[in-house]
Amino acid sequence: MCRYRKATGLNWYRNEGVLGMTVGNAGNRVSGLSRRALLKGTAAGAGTAIGFEAVTGFPTIWAQNVKDVTLIHIGGSYACIKEIGDQAGKDLGFKVEMQVVDPATQLSRALTQPKSFDINNIDNSSIVYMVGKGVLKAIPVKDYKLWDKTVPIFTTGKFPDGRPIPTQGLSPIKTGFWTGPDAKKLSDKPTDFLTMVPSLFNADTLGIRPDLVGGRDKVTSWGDLISPKYKGKAALVDYAPVGIIDVAMALEATDQIKYVDKGNMTKAEIDKTIKLVQDLKKSGHFRAFWSNFDQSVNLMASSEVVIQSMWSPAVTAVRSRGIDCYFAPLKEGYRGWSNGIAPMAHLDGLKLDCAMEYLNWFNSGWQGGFIAKQGYYTPVPETARKFMTPEEWDYWYEGKPAAVDIKDPYGNLMEKKGAVRDGGSLWEREGHVTVWNTVMDEDRYLTRRWNDFISA
Amino acid sequence: MRIKPALASWLQIGPLATVLTLFFGVPVVVVIVVSFFDFDHTDIVPTFILDNYQEIFSSETTGRLYLSSLKFAVIVWAITLVIGFTLANYLVFHVRSLLIKIGLFLLCSVPFWTSTIIRMISWIPFLGRNGLFNTMLMNAGLISQPLDFLLFSDFAVIVAYVHLFTLFMMVPIFNSMARIDTRLIEAAKDAGASRWTILREIVLPLCKSGIALGSIFVVTQVMGDFFVVKVMSGGQSASVVSALQNEIAALQYPPAAASAVVLVIVVVMMVAGILRVVDIRKELAS
Repeated sequence: MCRYRKATGLNWYRNEGVLGMTVGNAGNRVSGLSRRALLKGTAAGAGTAIGFEAVTGFPTIWAQNVKDVTLIHIGGSYACIKEIGDQAGKDLGFKVEMQVVDPATQLSRALTQPKSFDINNIDNSSIVYMVGKGVLKAIPVKDYKLWDKTVPIFTTGKFPDGRPIPTQGLSPIKTGFWTGPDAKKLSDKPTDFLTMVPSLFNADTLGIRPDLVGGRDKVTSWGDLISPKYKGKAALVDYAPVGIIDVAMALEATDQIKYVDKGNMTKAEIDKTIKLVQDLKKSGHFRAFWSNFDQSVNLMASSEVVIQSMWSPAVTAVRSRGIDCYFAPLKEGYRGWSNGIAPMAHLDGLKLDCAMEYLNWFNSGWQGGFIAKQGYYTPVPETARKFMTPEEWDYWYEGKPAAVDIKDPYGNLMEKKGAVRDGGSLWEREGHVTVWNTVMDEDRYLTRRWNDFISA
Repeated sequence: MRIKPALASWLQIGPLATVLTLFFGVPVVVVIVVSFFDFDHTDIVPTFILDNYQEIFSSETTGRLYLSSLKFAVIVWAITLVIGFTLANYLVFHVRSLLIKIGLFLLCSVPFWTSTIIRMISWIPFLGRNGLFNTMLMNAGLISQPLDFLLFSDFAVIVAYVHLFTLFMMVPIFNSMARIDTRLIEAAKDAGASRWTILREIVLPLCKSGIALGSIFVVTQVMGDFFVVKVMSGGQSASVVSALQNEIAALQYPPAAASAVVLVIVVVMMVAGILRVVDIRKELAS
C-alpha cells in the first residue's frame, strides 16, 4: 500500500484493490507485447510509403485488430469536440469517445482515476500538477511525425522571426518536455520526450463593446480594464490563475506595480495585487466576475459590461447576435496559452499504438481546419491549410479581409465579407504574446488570496 | 419460528443503519480525517496537522463569509416566513372549496416543474441594466437611469433565494395548519376573539412545528449554497461554500474538508437552536 501512496497521489484512500490493478496490468502487458511486435513489423513496412499527406493513408492493415479499441479523450468543451472524435474514428478505424469535463473535474480525474480515460486534453500549464505523479506517458519525439512542421514556439522556443518567446508564465517550452522517458521531471529546454502533443494555441486579450466605449480605437491598453471611465462596467474572469494575470497586466500598464515575473509572483506581489484590486472592487469598479463562457457572452451582449476578460470564441458569440464586440489588440501584448493532448501512463500494447496513431492524426489537418473556424490556431498550420478554403486561410491566419462570408465549423455565418480578424494575422497576434497562462509556485497562497478578494 | 425481540429490533433498524453508516457516516468520518491532513500541489499528505483549522480561524475572510451567509440566511428566512405563512394561512382558512385549494396549492408548485437553475437564471434578463424591469420603469418615466443595484447585487441574491425557497417554508406550515381543528377557531370566534387574536393565540402556536421545519429547510439551504450567490451577485459576493468550492477546484482538499467540518458544526448548532425553541418531536406526536 505504502509504495502506491506516492505514485497514485490522492488515490491512496480510494477503495480500489491495488493488487487487482497490478494483476490486470500485467495481463495486458503480456498479451499487448506480442501484438505490438506484430504492429511494429507492419508499420515499418508501410510507414514510409504512407506519410501524412492524405488522411486516408493511415495504416489500415491492422484494422481488424483496432476496430474494438475505444480511446477516451477528455477535455474542455472548446477543444474536446465530438465531430473531431468522429472524424478520427472514420480515418483511423478505432473509436474515439470525447468526454467534456470542467477543468477541476479533469484534473482530479487525471490524478485520482488516471485509468478512467486515455487521452488528457489539457492546458499546458496544468502539466505542472501531473509532474511526479506518474499519470502521463512521455511521447518520444521520433514517434510524433509532425514535430518538424510544428511552429517554433513549441519546438525551439522562438517566434518564426527568431525572437525568443517570452518567459513570464508557463511557456510551451517550460511545460513541453520531460527530462527522460520516465515522464518524471520537466525539462526547461527541449528534449526527445514530449509531455504532450500541442493541439491548439491562441492569444487572449480584453473584449470590448466598441459601440459603448466610443469606438474600437478607444481601448488600447490593458490599463483600460481598471480605468475609472469604465467604473461599474468592467468584468473579470473568476479563475485565479488567469484573472490575476489580467489584473497584473492592467496594474503594470498603469505603473502601479512592477513585477519581476507576472507569471510567477512572490507572496508580496500577490498581496499587493490583491490589495489594489480589492480597493477597486470596493469602489464598485467591477460589475461582475464570470466563471463560464456563457456568462461572459451574456454580460457583454446585455450591455452589463463594456470591457472584460474574454475568450476569442465568446467575442464571436456576441458578434453572432448582431452586437459589435471587439477582441482589442493592446499595446502591452497578449496573454498566450496553449493546449495539448497527452496519453495516459496506463496505455500499453495495441491501445498505446492506437493512441500514438491518434496523436499523429490529430494535427494532420482535419482538426486544425475545424478549430481554425472557431478562431484557434493549430501548431501545424500547413496541414490545416489543406482543410480550409483559401479565403478561410486568408481570413483566419493571414489577417486579410474576408473575400467571402466566413462560416463557423457548423456552417453558421460568423463574419460578413470584408471583415478583418481582430488583431490581424497569426504572428501579428501570437508574436505579441508577452505572458503565458500559468500555475504559480505560490498557487496555494494565490487561491486563498483570490478568495479573499472575491469575498471582499 | 419465533424471533427474539432483540434480534427483531436489530433486523428492523438494520437496513437503515447500514445505509446511513455507509453513505453518511463513513463519508463524514473521511471528511473529518482529511481535514487534519497536509497537502501540496495535488497530493493529500496523511499526517496530523491543525494548520487547516488554524488558517480558517485566523483568516478574517472566514468571519466575513459567515457573516455574509448568516445575513442572507436571516433575511431570506424572515421573508420566506412571512410569505409562506400568509400563503398557507390563505389556502387553509380562506379558500373554502377543496378543489380550488388543491388547485392553488399546485399552482404554487408550478415553478418547480422547471429546474432550479432555469428559475434562477430567468431573473437575469428581468433585472438587468437593460432588462424588463428597468425598461418598464424608464418607459413609465419613473427613473431616468437604469437601476444598477437590481442585478449582480445582494438584492438579486435575496430575490432568487426567496423565489427558490418560499415553497419549502410554505409546505410544512400548510401541513401543520391543515391539521388545526377548525372547531377551535369557531369556538374562539364565538367567544369573541378577533382575527388577529385567533392568528396569534391559536394558529401561530399550533403551526410552530411547521415553521420550525420550514426554517430548517430554508436556513440549511441558504447556508449550504454557493451557486445562487455566485450567479446572482455576478461573482461579487461569496458564501462559505463558494470559498470551499474554490479550494476543491484548486485540489486543496484538506482545507476544504476543514471548512466543511466547521460549516457542518455551525449549521448543526443553528438547527439545534431551532429545535430548542420548538420541540418538533413533541409537536408532531400531539
